Amino acid sequence: MSFWWAVLGILGMAVITLVTRSFFMLPKDEIPMPDWAKNGLRYAPLAALAAVIVPEIVLTQGQLVSTWQDARIYATAAGTAYFFWKRGILGTIICGTAVMLALRIGLGW
Amino acid sequence: MAAHTTISRMGSSISAPLWRHPAFAEGARDMAGITLGISAWGLVTGVAMIKSGLGLPLALLMSLTVFAGSSQLASLPLLASGAPLWVLWATAFCVNLRFLIFSAQWRQYFGQEPRWLRMAIGYFAADLNYVAFLKRFPDGKPAPEQLPYYWGGVVVNWSSWQVPALVGIFLADQVPTQWGLGFAGVLALLGLSYSLLSDRNSWVSAAVAACAAVAAYALPLRLNILVAIAAAVAAGLLMERWAPARSKPA
Repeated sequence: MSFWWAVLGILGMAVITLVTRSFFMLPKDEIPMPDWAKNGLRYAPLAALAAVIVPEIVLTQGQLVSTWQDARIYATAAGTAYFFWKRGILGTIICGTAVMLALRIGLGW
Repeated sequence: MAAHTTISRMGSSISAPLWRHPAFAEGARDMAGITLGISAWGLVTGVAMIKSGLGLPLALLMSLTVFAGSSQLASLPLLASGAPLWVLWATAFCVNLRFLIFSAQWRQYFGQEPRWLRMAIGYFAADLNYVAFLKRFPDGKPAPEQLPYYWGGVVVNWSSWQVPALVGIFLADQVPTQWGLGFAGVLALLGLSYSLLSDRNSWVSAAVAACAAVAAYALPLRLNILVAIAAAVAAGLLMERWAPARSKPA
């Protein structure tokens, strides 16, 4: 793929970011949405988050984790424990990442 | 209160009063707790662009214009193998499909703004801006402090993504990717998810989303995320209908 071809491809992707993220804001008039849909979409933010992170934690190359020697399990457990102890997101990240690095670098998991 | 409203409505067209609004700082603060995770993810994405063989100019162009981590990562193997443009664009579109759903909700808050501003709002609205915003304003009604709150979060999210991404692009060989630093991003989203778990229905719908995302993981183009959102919305609505909570927290 030539340089300018790739430039075109990337600029097209930028347009796709713009169009998908503002999709229902593009038309002049509001698109009527039934009440049940408005109500149901309250569950979408948390669902999108869970859908992104849970496979990252429990899957390796599309397969469920089958070993206990996986640093992600302990990092997740440490982050979870911290969150329900102190309710802080920053501490959750630091705590989990510390466990992650300790196991990856220390034990080579 | 009326004067307040006027000021922030005018803020739609002038930027100075907007960032002076107290809600701007609030939006920035609400995003600050997860910046470490966003930064780790941005860094890893920056490195991945260079390691996939994208040259420096193309990597910079992609980071600064596309501004969508999952779409960028999905496109790298396609660009490297010289896939046709329509395949590249179809992939980016499908990976971004969840944003269509989010944009329907953004419209409830910002539908009255001029179109160019609605498009700007859409472009900068990454996943985490959406989640933080809906956590702060869950009821779907417009209010004057929403615009400054939104931009406060965007400034923090955009810079804490782009700066590490540029570091990753320029220092790709020095960043130790084998340590799995990108997992800090997962931990950030994990903490954010926990903070959204309020009542029984949110726990159930999150669990349904998680199971659906894992079960549908084999689907191409990260369509498992759409399946998970659909399943979670259905589960939430069914729970409200058939098993209403005895004391419903607001």
